[in-house]
Amino acid sequence: MDPIIANFIEENIVPKFNYWIYVILMMIGLYAMITKNNLIKKLIGMAIFQTAIILFYVSIGVKETGGIPIISHHGPDHHQEAEVHSEESSKNLKHNIIDKDKYANPLPHVLMLTAIVVGVSTLGLALAISQRIHKSFGTLEEDEILNELRPGGHD
Amino acid sequence: MTEHFPILILLVPLFGALIVVLLGRERPEQCWITSLISLGLSSIISLFTIIVVLSDKVQTIRYRMGGWEPESTVFEVGIELRVDILAALVVFAVTFVGFVNTIYSKTRAEAEAQGKVPFFYALIQLLIVGLCGIVMTNDAFNLYVLIEITSLTSYALIAMGNRRAALSSFNYVIMGTIGASFYLLGVGYLYIKTGTLNIDDIRMVLGNDKLWEHQSIIVAFIFIMLGVWTKMAFFPLHGWLPNAYAYAPSMTGTFMAPLMTKVMVYVMIRVMLWLFGDKFVYSDQHVWGELVIWMSVIAIVAGSLLALARTDIKKMLTYLIVAEVGYMVGGAWLGNVTGQAGAFYHILSDAAMTFCLFIAASIIVLRIGDSRVNAFDNLFRKMPLTMIGFTVGALSMIGLPPTCGFFSKWYLIRGGIEAGQWEYVCALIFSSLVNAVIFFRIFERAYFGNIAGVKEDFSPSDSDANPDTSIKEVPWSMLVPLYIASVSVLLLGIMNRPLFEWIQTALK
Amino acid sequence: MKVFGLIAVFVVGLLLLSATQDFPSWGDPRSAASDGEVSSFYIEKTESVTKVPNMVTAVLADFRGYDTMFETVVIFIAGIGIIAVLRNFEGTDSPSDNDNDDDGAGLLARFTCSLILPFIQIFALYVVAHGHHSPGGGFQGGVMFGASYILLALAFGLSKAKQLFSERRTMIFAVIGIFIYVGWGVLCLLLGKEFLNYSVLDSILPGDSMMARSHSMLVVEIGVAFTVTAIMFSMYSNLSTRGRLSKGL
Repeated sequence: MDPIIANFIEENIVPKFNYWIYVILMMIGLYAMITKNNLIKKLIGMAIFQTAIILFYVSIGVKETGGIPIISHHGPDHHQEAEVHSEESSKNLKHNIIDKDKYANPLPHVLMLTAIVVGVSTLGLALAISQRIHKSFGTLEEDEILNELRPGGHD
Repeated sequence: MTEHFPILILLVPLFGALIVVLLGRERPEQCWITSLISLGLSSIISLFTIIVVLSDKVQTIRYRMGGWEPESTVFEVGIELRVDILAALVVFAVTFVGFVNTIYSKTRAEAEAQGKVPFFYALIQLLIVGLCGIVMTNDAFNLYVLIEITSLTSYALIAMGNRRAALSSFNYVIMGTIGASFYLLGVGYLYIKTGTLNIDDIRMVLGNDKLWEHQSIIVAFIFIMLGVWTKMAFFPLHGWLPNAYAYAPSMTGTFMAPLMTKVMVYVMIRVMLWLFGDKFVYSDQHVWGELVIWMSVIAIVAGSLLALARTDIKKMLTYLIVAEVGYMVGGAWLGNVTGQAGAFYHILSDAAMTFCLFIAASIIVLRIGDSRVNAFDNLFRKMPLTMIGFTVGALSMIGLPPTCGFFSKWYLIRGGIEAGQWEYVCALIFSSLVNAVIFFRIFERAYFGNIAGVKEDFSPSDSDANPDTSIKEVPWSMLVPLYIASVSVLLLGIMNRPLFEWIQTALK
Repeated sequence: MKVFGLIAVFVVGLLLLSATQDFPSWGDPRSAASDGEVSSFYIEKTESVTKVPNMVTAVLADFRGYDTMFETVVIFIAGIGIIAVLRNFEGTDSPSDNDNDDDGAGLLARFTCSLILPFIQIFALYVVAHGHHSPGGGFQGGVMFGASYILLALAFGLSKAKQLFSERRTMIFAVIGIFIYVGWGVLCLLLGKEFLNYSVLDSILPGDSMMARSHSMLVVEIGVAFTVTAIMFSMYSNLSTRGRLSKGL
């Protein structure tokens, strides 16, 4: 393969593939929101779009060396480095020094708890509105609804 | 106690909303009284906040939630509120418009909400809470949550109307979610590069580390701008606005039309000047300055022409809102303090004008039962009091002194001349001429009747107002808000000198 | 429309991806977000300042508690918004459609549900109460508790669930939840310090100011759980019956 392209892939895509995946997911959701005709399919696109943004944020807070953001007094587990430095880490815990590299970043988790709730609320309200539309128009396809409005109404 | 004023402005309507839901459906009168008291109290507290902020000791109130003073760090650890004179003025405008509107809704609430009166008042008060929170917060993610609060209440309020309103609300949901998500993406990009969410701290980090040459910060700015522009209906992202505001039930239209887009313009100014800083936004490296001014010119011209083509009074007013948003975006992007101050003053004056015109239009549509302009015949004789209020608002839209519309156009034109953006100045003048044509056409019908003898078809219109057989004036509870709105239009114009000084000192 | 959508999506996607060149690599512990002062403060100082080992709960309920209050308000708005949009209190809906799908599921489902439900609810309460030491908190526990009522409605029919949790009662629960949260913050205000500054409550709560923060976080999470439970069930009952609940407020 062309060395420039290989270099580009190695530097930009492989170490940062999480960003690429989530942006592609977002674009799938955005495409569904804009182009689909059925109202429920638009809402599914909206759900995909918002979920991709949530995953994007959560992937920011990941640390290679870190575990869950809960301080455990039984020592860090499942890490090979812990066995090597176990004396040092237990000394740290006695003096209440917390090594920040052992814990993932808690802030994106908190932000995304809020974003998930907001997304659920928007989806619930949008579903209620589409039920209301179905009750009044009898259909959920956007072109049929617009056709029904055109001869009857104005503008 | 005075240092707690900012949070009290928010808490009073929040408690009001909870009490109203508890009162339940059997007591609509008490729901109205509760909302009136809570919004009135909130506007009084916001008036006091303006006085506190103007005093020399306090230029800006900084209120840290939870009391988390940064001791071991330089950055803020919690969420803080930041209230300067600009925020205080907008908060007062929001709560005052809410309060006056609640007076207006007294007679219409039962008829239009059909037994869901407590939910209507709860949603209205939560909308006001969201808008005040947007204006006062100093945290980028908190801003997103509050934008979603205002959006969700708007979606629900609009969808309470007839079937066309439900469809417009669905379109609003789709476009509004795209806009808010773009904003959230932009904030995420900023967080990746700066590591903090506080607006002042982000600006500090961007300046210290010279991050503003990085591609990710430019992309973050573009996406935040796109999100905020979608929410304020900046052409061509305005598609949701005309249907949503025209078909909304009349009481909710008067709540949302003056407030939502203007608060979003305030957010845009905050993002430009406080989140990114004017050195980044106006620097010559970026081509977007000229581009945005041309976009605002197109917005002004398109909004005015689309309004001219409409025969339905409410649709016409919504397209005028699109044009007004174009004024404000262009004014803010001119690059000088006069333009920014003009755009900010226009937030206040446009809120007053739109409020006045929307109430007048709702009253007229209610009485005639028809929302088309052609049905406005001889209104000056039948409903003189209402038409006086309408005239004040119309004159302000055209831009005649001493109404506030004249002064905001004056400052915006001065800013445009200072910056050398002649296309913007021409667009403003063109828009004033088009507004004059629109409104004098209405005045001619309303004063002289159908003297041209134009034949028109009387096909039934799709509005759901009940026509009165004898067109007479409306009860005082509707006229008083209209007059308060007209008086504030005139007052804002007369007081433009001191207001402008305060605004300019805050922007420097 | 499809072509316009494709072009728009392509442009937006390219713009978003163009910024990845100066992003940190995935999992980089020295990135600006992970190594910044704010995150380091949260990781290193949370337990000493608030005595709560779960950093996410501490940030959610104490440092950014103002945001969480508005998050609760958002879910409350969704609940009353759905009622405002769908419910028709004037009774113009056809009465023959009411009560027609109220039988619930078969005998086996009802039996299993009546066995499992108490355990689900106890687990939900455990999740709320143990938010300080394990992943959990008000939202998670509230959703589980609300889901237990939805399970009751699915297995036994909506009218049986509404006997236990009528519309009026859900509204009262939702309002009580937000009252607890906002009222607790106002209590801090009345005792002299800022809104939601829990440290000042050590005068009425046992322990020093740091334990006061820990206790207040629990109180606030309980408020959130109330609201989320009620609104989850309200959303289900309104959306599944399209607003035609057989019994109103």
